[in-house]
Amino acid sequence: MRRPSIVASLVAGVLCVSAPAYAQADLSGIWQPRFHEDQPERLPGPELGDYLGLPITEGARKWAESWDPSRLTVPEHQCQVHISPYIYRGPMNVRIWEEKDPRTQEIVAIKQYISTYEQTRTIWMDGRPHPSPNTPHTWMGFSTGRWEGDMLTVTTTHIKQGWVRRNGLPQSDRTTMTERFIRTGNVMTHVTVVRDPVYLTEPLVKSQNFVLSLRELPQQNWLWVCLPVVEVADRPSEAQDVPAYFPGENPFLAETRKRRGLPEEALRGGAETMYPEFQQKLRGRR
Amino acid sequence: MTRAYLALGLVALAGLAAAQQQNFDSVQIETVQVRPNIHMLVGAGSNVTVHTGEDGVLVVDTQFAPMSDKILAAVRALSDKPIRFVVNTHMHPDHIGGNERIASAGGTRAGGNVFGDIGNAARNRAEIVAHENVLKRLSFPGTATPAPQGAWPTVTFFGDQRDMLFNGEAVQMFHQPAAHTDGDILVFFRRSDVLSTGDVFVTTTYPYIDVAGGGHVNGIIAALNRIIGIAVPSNVEEGGTLIIPGHGRVTDEWEVVEYRDMVTIIRDRIQTMITRGMTIEQVKAARPTIDYDARFGADSGFWTTTMFVETVYRNLTAKS
Repeated sequence: MRRPSIVASLVAGVLCVSAPAYAQADLSGIWQPRFHEDQPERLPGPELGDYLGLPITEGARKWAESWDPSRLTVPEHQCQVHISPYIYRGPMNVRIWEEKDPRTQEIVAIKQYISTYEQTRTIWMDGRPHPSPNTPHTWMGFSTGRWEGDMLTVTTTHIKQGWVRRNGLPQSDRTTMTERFIRTGNVMTHVTVVRDPVYLTEPLVKSQNFVLSLRELPQQNWLWVCLPVVEVADRPSEAQDVPAYFPGENPFLAETRKRRGLPEEALRGGAETMYPEFQQKLRGRR
Repeated sequence: MTRAYLALGLVALAGLAAAQQQNFDSVQIETVQVRPNIHMLVGAGSNVTVHTGEDGVLVVDTQFAPMSDKILAAVRALSDKPIRFVVNTHMHPDHIGGNERIASAGGTRAGGNVFGDIGNAARNRAEIVAHENVLKRLSFPGTATPAPQGAWPTVTFFGDQRDMLFNGEAVQMFHQPAAHTDGDILVFFRRSDVLSTGDVFVTTTYPYIDVAGGGHVNGIIAALNRIIGIAVPSNVEEGGTLIIPGHGRVTDEWEVVEYRDMVTIIRDRIQTMITRGMTIEQVKAARPTIDYDARFGADSGFWTTTMFVETVYRNLTAKS
């Protein structure tokens, strides 16, 4: 190679290396979910006793079988928020914007405002570490992000205890979530990988799609007002009564099995029920 | 109270006391800011609450004795004002171990006849505040939780509540009878909206019920409900009152609600099993805590899941 070509190559190389990462996608805007995936669970809501396709532990199953929906009438539970691994599954709008350092215009954080429960997420992009385990947990947790090409990858810790599925299946406060936000035109795909060493035996992967709204939404669409009240006037104090079923005596667990004609071993869930081989196993029994 | 019942509590307490023998050299103190004027110190043993202001420093609990110098260094990094008060949430060695050393590093405002009578002996120590039952437990000859006289409380109260104003803030102490022990108090910093709970609430294990020290599962549940009654969350059950547990991380009301639910549900399950005539071995075999064990249970250590279930069973079957 002649000398001028070497110089030109070096200059071109330096320009490429030093150029800012303009290739990143811009997720800013108002996004609205589409419910073609897992629709029965996401809008009507899951049925009691249906844990199919979830890699839950025996402890998680027992927790859910004992769970009484009447727990949600207890005042402290009435405004219980869907934690960040679950909140994107429901009816909601999400506004995304970037916060930049005014001096350098570098992205410090990507913010999300989620209309359900009026939740704000901050995804720190400035390389800061996650805080000490001794600091408070929140519904949305503490998030840090990085770009992998056009894909925003987010790691979240410090999430409060909440749902894996809102029919009583718990998710523990030791959960870590990895997310991918992928924009393709006016569609954004959101993939979550949830690892819960307490209640899951394997990572749980879910996805949902959003479409960009080209119009601002009415103000009320962004609000979620929740004021707890006493709903059961003659209930004893919580010292005497936290609604729950005695193990093995929840009378409603068999309803789903009867209505949908599914075998109990499928509805009980567990890692095996996530995989195609489980369908073949059931077919082989017919 | 049966001998087996008492022995169970003493075995657990012996385990706690044995922890004093561990090597603390490598333990570092982590300082967690809770409010601008309130911090939580994490090291070995209990959480320590440090309240700072113009009047001086108030410390809630003092970890194990060998941690005292590290605790003092962490306090000094937060304030150069004198330590005026040490408050104990109860009498266990992981909460009162540093009393003597830390109180000695502080000072009481003393004057008039008091100063004339006992001089520097009164002025050169911080007051140690606790419920009267803590003093009884620490000072009674032959007690299961011996402590040197310098670690004993110097200011005690008998009733349900003691209030004081310190650093311009109402500090309220609420006695919770027969809970973790018989001398538990909650310490509420009213303006700052921070509650130090001692071991009636922890985020790390099932509640340790010190039977020999006067504890009972129903008192634990009552204490948890009192915490929930005091705490006021912000919007959608988050933030608002911040809670410093006896062990574990800073929380808000929500974690206490889930913890209260858990203890109540387990208590109710075991009560139902007792009502149906199940023996303690049958109850243990039925695993009434199975859904919570992966989060709060333990197969070894000073407070195992089995010990928790046995204690609740014996609490509920003991004759009052």
